[in-house]
Formats: sequence, C-alpha cells, structure tokens
Amino acid sequence: MTTANTALELRRVNKWFGPVHANRDISLSVGRGTIHGIIGENGAGKSTLMSIVYGFYQADDGEIFVGGVPCKIDNPQASIAAGIGMVHQHFMLVDTFTVLENVILGVEGGSRLAGGMDQAREELERLEEEYTLDVDVDALVGDLPVGLRQRVEILKALYRGAEILILDEPTGVLTPQEADHLFRILNTLRDQGKTVILITHKLREIMAITDQVSVMRRGEMVAHVATEETNREQLAELMVGRSVLLHVEKEKAEPGDILMEMQGVNYQDSDAVLRLKDINLTLKAGEILGIAGVSGNGQSELLEILGGMIKPSAGSITYKGDELVGSSHYSARGLRKIGLGHVPEDRHKAGLILSFSANENTILGYHDLDMFNKGTTLNRDQMVQTCEDYIEKFDVRPPNPNLKANGFSGGNQQKLVLAREMEQDPDVLLVGQPTRGVDIGAIEFIHKQLIKMRDAGKAILVVSVEIDEVMSLADRIAVMFDGAIVGELDAADATEQKLGLMMAGVTEEAASDAALVQEATN
Amino acid sequence: METFELTVLLLDATFRVATPLVLVALAGLFSERAGVVDIGLEGKMLGAAFAAAAAATTFGSAWVGLCAGIMTSLALSSLHAYACVTHKGNQVVSGMAINIVVAGLTPTLGFAWFKLGGRTPALNGDARFSSITLPFAEAVRDIPIIGYIYAELISGHNIIVYIAAAAVPIVAYVLYRTRFGLRVRAVGENPHAVDTAGISVNTLRYQALAVTGFLCGIAGTYLSTAHGAGFIRDMTAGKGYLALAALIFGKWKPVPTLFACLLFAFTDALQARLQGVDLPIVGVIPVQFIQALPYILTVLLLAGFVGKANPPKAIGEPYIKER
Repeated sequence: MTTANTALELRRVNKWFGPVHANRDISLSVGRGTIHGIIGENGAGKSTLMSIVYGFYQADDGEIFVGGVPCKIDNPQASIAAGIGMVHQHFMLVDTFTVLENVILGVEGGSRLAGGMDQAREELERLEEEYTLDVDVDALVGDLPVGLRQRVEILKALYRGAEILILDEPTGVLTPQEADHLFRILNTLRDQGKTVILITHKLREIMAITDQVSVMRRGEMVAHVATEETNREQLAELMVGRSVLLHVEKEKAEPGDILMEMQGVNYQDSDAVLRLKDINLTLKAGEILGIAGVSGNGQSELLEILGGMIKPSAGSITYKGDELVGSSHYSARGLRKIGLGHVPEDRHKAGLILSFSANENTILGYHDLDMFNKGTTLNRDQMVQTCEDYIEKFDVRPPNPNLKANGFSGGNQQKLVLAREMEQDPDVLLVGQPTRGVDIGAIEFIHKQLIKMRDAGKAILVVSVEIDEVMSLADRIAVMFDGAIVGELDAADATEQKLGLMMAGVTEEAASDAALVQEATN
Repeated sequence: METFELTVLLLDATFRVATPLVLVALAGLFSERAGVVDIGLEGKMLGAAFAAAAAATTFGSAWVGLCAGIMTSLALSSLHAYACVTHKGNQVVSGMAINIVVAGLTPTLGFAWFKLGGRTPALNGDARFSSITLPFAEAVRDIPIIGYIYAELISGHNIIVYIAAAAVPIVAYVLYRTRFGLRVRAVGENPHAVDTAGISVNTLRYQALAVTGFLCGIAGTYLSTAHGAGFIRDMTAGKGYLALAALIFGKWKPVPTLFACLLFAFTDALQARLQGVDLPIVGVIPVQFIQALPYILTVLLLAGFVGKANPPKAIGEPYIKER
C-alpha cells in the first residue's frame, strides 16, 4: 500500500495508558493532497492517535511511515522534522507573546533573536499571502479572538515546513461562519498540495470538507470510507455501534405561565467590566428556551445569576411572580428550596466533587432534606438507595453508587448531575452545556429526558455552544453576543446561517436579510 | 551643601544594601519566569555566604570564596530542580526545605570547622573584596556636585556592586533579546506550547534554575566577603524574601525590579541614619519602630500599591503532559 502518493501511513499502532487500551491495532493510510477526516466519539482514541503521530506520546507498538519512509517519531521535534504540524484542540500559544514570537518559538534561527525575527517576519508575510491567513504579526496573541489564534497555530505549523497538517477538533470554539472560513483555508492548503487530517466528532464537518473519512470507536479503527459514498446516519451508526437518532423528536410546545422573568438585568464583574447588558428573558412552563452564542459572551454569568450564585448589578428577576432580587430566597440554596434546579456548565468545577462517591454527589445541594438525614448524621443507606434509583433511571455506567465521581466517563458524570437536579422535580430547570464532552449515545438520552420534562410542564433554559443542539432542543432561541441578547426567535424560524450571524453580533433583521442573500447566491 | 552630602552618603549606603537584593531578585526572576516558584532564594544565599567565607578564610582568596559560593548555590538550585522539575514535587515545600536545612547546617558546619560558635573567622586582606577606586576619582573630586558624586557615590565600591549594576541590563537583554530568554518566558507562561514546539520543558527549567543558582551565589558571597567580613549565622536576615517581594513589586520585569530593590534598600539605609536622630515635631522615634520600617513598607506595597500583579501563568505548577 505504501506508495509515493501516501502522505502518512500507520500500521498496527497500539497505545496503553495503564490498563486502558487507548489505541488498538490502528492502521490508517492518508493520501497526499487530501483532507482526511477522523471521526469518533469522545474517548474513542482519536486525539491519542494523533498525539502519537505528533510525537507527544510514544506508541507502545506499531510503525509510522511518512511519505512512504518508515519514521521513528519519539518527540515533537522528530515529527516537525518529518513535516508534520499539529493544531491542538487547546491552543499551544503563549498569550503574552506577539504572533511573531509565538511562531518562532523553537525555531528562532540563532541564539540572538534580532536576525531571526526579521527573517521570520518576511517569511510569515509570504505565508499569510499564499494561504490567505491574515493576522497582524505584531499583535499580542492574548488580544486576538479565537478564530485568529487558530490561524496563528496554522501559521506556526506552516512556518516549520509542515506538509501534513493535523487539526484536533478545530471548530469547537468557532462560530459557524468562522468555521466556514477555516474550511476555505483548509481547501486552499489542499489545493497547494498539503495534506490535512481533521479530527472531529461533528458529522457536519466531515460531510462538508473531507475527501476520505476514518471512523474510530473505543480505541479501534472501525471503517475507512470515501466521504461521497457515505452519509451522516451511516457514520453516526459506525461511531456508536448502533443506529442513533440525530434529531430529537418532539411535539410542538404548549407554553403556559411565565415562571421566571428577567427585566433589564445588568451585571458588572469585580474588574468593573459589564458582562451582562440589559437582559430581558422569560421562561415559560412547558417550553425550552435555548441560549445560543460563542462561549464567553455572557452565558455563564446569565446562568449564575439565574441560579443565585451571583447577584445582578441592576434589574429585576421574578420567580413565579415574586421579586427575587433582595429576597431571602435569592441564593443557590434558597432557589433550590422553591423549585429551581441547576445543572452547571462545568460539571467538574461546579457540578460534582470528583473525589466524592456517586452517592455523595447525589445529595449535594439537597443534603439537608429530611430523607437524607437521620438525626444529626447522614442517612447513608438512603443516599445509596437514591443513587441506585438514579443510576437505573438514567442508565449510568458502571452502575456502582460507591464509585468516585472521577471514575465515570464524562457522559455518565453528566447523567449523575442531571439525575440529581431533575429527580427533585423542579419547576424551572437551568441547564448549562447539557452535552459537553458527552457521547452521541448519551446525548440522545439526555435530550429525550429534557423533552420529557418540558412535556410535563416545566420551564427549561438550555445554554449551549453547540448550535445543532440549541436548534434541535429549543422551542424559542435567544442569541447572546458581548453580554447582550442580540435577538430572540422562534426555533421554527432559525437557520444555522441566521444564528451564526447573530452569534457574531449581527441583529436579527440584518441576519435574516444576509441569510437570504447567502442562500440566493449559493 | 550639608543636605547634599548627606543625600549622597545615604544613596551610597543604599547601593551597598541594594546589591544583594538586586542579584537575588534577578535570580528569582529567572526561576519564576520559567514557572518555578523559588522561595529558597534565602537558603541559597545563606549557603553561598557560608561557603564563600569558609573558602576565603581557608585559601586566603576572595575569588576562591566566590567560586565556592557559586558552586554551593548551584548545588542547592539543582536540588530544587531535581525535586520540582524531575520529580514534580511541590515547589514551595522544596524551597522551604532548602531554607531550613541551610539555616541549620551552616552554623553546625561552622562550629565543627572553625570552633567560633558558628561564625567563620574574620576576613581581611585578599580574603575580602575591597573597594575599587575608579580612574580619576581623586582628580575630579573637587569638581562641584558631579565630581563629588563620581568620587563618593559611583567610585569606591567593591567589584560585586558593579557586577550587580551590570547584571540588570544583561538580564534584560538575555530575557528579551535572546533565544534562551524567549524560551524561558514561554515556559513560565505555557509549558505545553514549549513542549509541542519541540523543546524540552525540563531542560529549560534546569537551565533557568542554574542561572538562579549562579546569581544567588554571587549575592551570598557579597554578604560574607564584601559587605561583611565573615559569616554570621542567619546573616541573610530575610533578604531572600525581601527580594521576592521586590520581584513581585517589579512585576517580574528586570528594570522595575531594580527600582523596587533600590526602594527597599533606601528605606533600610534611611532607618540606619534615623536611629537616635531627634526629628522635628515627633522627637526621637523608638529604634525598634525605625528598624521595622522596611518591612512595614514591604507589606504596605505588596498589599496595596502593586495593583494587579500578573505572575507568569504556569508558575508553581509542575509540568505534566495531560492524558
């Protein structure tokens, strides 16, 4: 199989982390000048595999061929020398450095910086022009938006002479428009003869841009197919190992009374930065309100204010008609008591105590309920009993109420948090990033549970950076940008393009017009 | 004219007090910019002071003392690196351990070797770094103001004072204009970026800590063989911590750190001069209060006036490749 037209080939690569077999007998062949997708659920071993190719980890077994030549890659330097560049999921950039300094780090061209810097500047300007990667080389990386930081990463790889570019989940932090721009860049790279390997768990991206796709499941490579010969459903089935519903089936919502309302809410943080600007929102019984937006545009603060963790600087919040601001109920604890459930955005920081067992986590926030107490001590039997109930209802695996929370996978941890908040039967449920880091199979389950709660007449707020998720779950969608609500629209009227533009700060009407124009030109 | 001369003398004392602070603060700058907390500056300086005095008195040469001081400090610095970089130990614990070990070991060894209750014998002649009179210092002394400043303030210090003065621009140059400096700054901010760029994080941190050890060694030597004339137990008296404070006050940058050191040194020189002086209105201030001034100033500065300090982002965290 090894021919001159193969850019990268792996043969029977194995990698263990302790007892975990992260990569099992992986073989892969990537053609030169193609965009090759590698898709799989979280934890399927995609990133591990690519880290091996990049020399960040060493394979325990197996061979790597670059351009048909066997290659021993035991550190990133060897990989760079072989012409492989990687854009990591979490950018490997120094925020306090300029773009130029970041690019030359490791390839400074001499012990003094002066000469190498000038050369690098010229070379960078050439690269930026050739691949339409505009970035100001003297800007501080910390000041750049994520889309541009990603370009810096690509430039870094190209500057080191990369022929094969690996991108690990590159669109996780981008708006759909930014992602499209990235895809145009990748197409340019391919046209110039570079090879691109795209690691992702998003089917949309695989279908949109790749030539070939390899599917991984539980550390194994389960299929290699040409993109044009497959479809989303087939890929999803290959990823999960059974057929999956990609879209949530639900009835039309029947909104009832307003349960919670925000009026003119502002929030200023301790650095006097205005994080929320004049927010007006209503949560209605029997309806799911989705908040879309690129992360960091005020969604976290919104959730924390509604959850009683921080207080607004101005504005009013009512709960079932009663004003909350200034009331004794307005705290995370007080709100739970009057029927508000909160699944925090970050389950590791705020949702769970990882070193506590599942049953201890089951009662967090509800630990003073009578059922969990026996006089002055905790009722351990009841805790375990309740946890077992939750585990059964939410199909948590492994079904062990005494296992520490960090012994569960991301999806199962999320199920534990959801079970805790949903099973206390709240009237209003706040959910931040319901399926972040959760497998497709579990996503389907979580979405169904949320719809079921909605149909039972509860008001639900879902904050998510996954545009697909907001579109398929929500009945009404509000888009946040820079701390403000850019617009609110009915889910039936929402298109990906329209939401994408709004997420970049374009107002609803302008977004509708622009989306129409875009559609007309396509 | 009298105030002018007094000011010059005060600044002259400031320079002498500031020298070890500047060297140690710059030492800490390398370590902390590379992402390794170095609370063990104090111990390294103390160890170097003892080794320098012991070697100088034994061999009768201050330069041998300097070598011994630097070697000792380098050894302690390597120990810190071995614990925190190779074995990813807690950096504060390791630094504190070095401080405690050295504080106990130096008087013990001193007592065993010199039988002087933990001191080393008084140094004189070539065993001490003596003052250097710069060229023309005497000739220009009579030129008003400038000549006097040159002769009294600029000239007449020992070699280490001049080394410290030269160290500031050299460190600034290395940090901002060389490959090594770029990498040190990068590894303190984001070691993952350094690792993926194909540079060994551990080697880089070892190198930075070696520079730290080197500079601490010079500072310690200064205390016992230039500023003082022999080793006395606990002679560093918290200067390592004061230098750390100056480093934070100077926001981990060489030139602001220099000024922070000068400020601390100035208050120290001032307190020496104010002792027993009858001030207008307030009268004679108790000596204990005056002696506490530099430390009160440190607390006030760090608590209130620094503003938001932005330490290197990866400081204090051992580098572990995540799974």
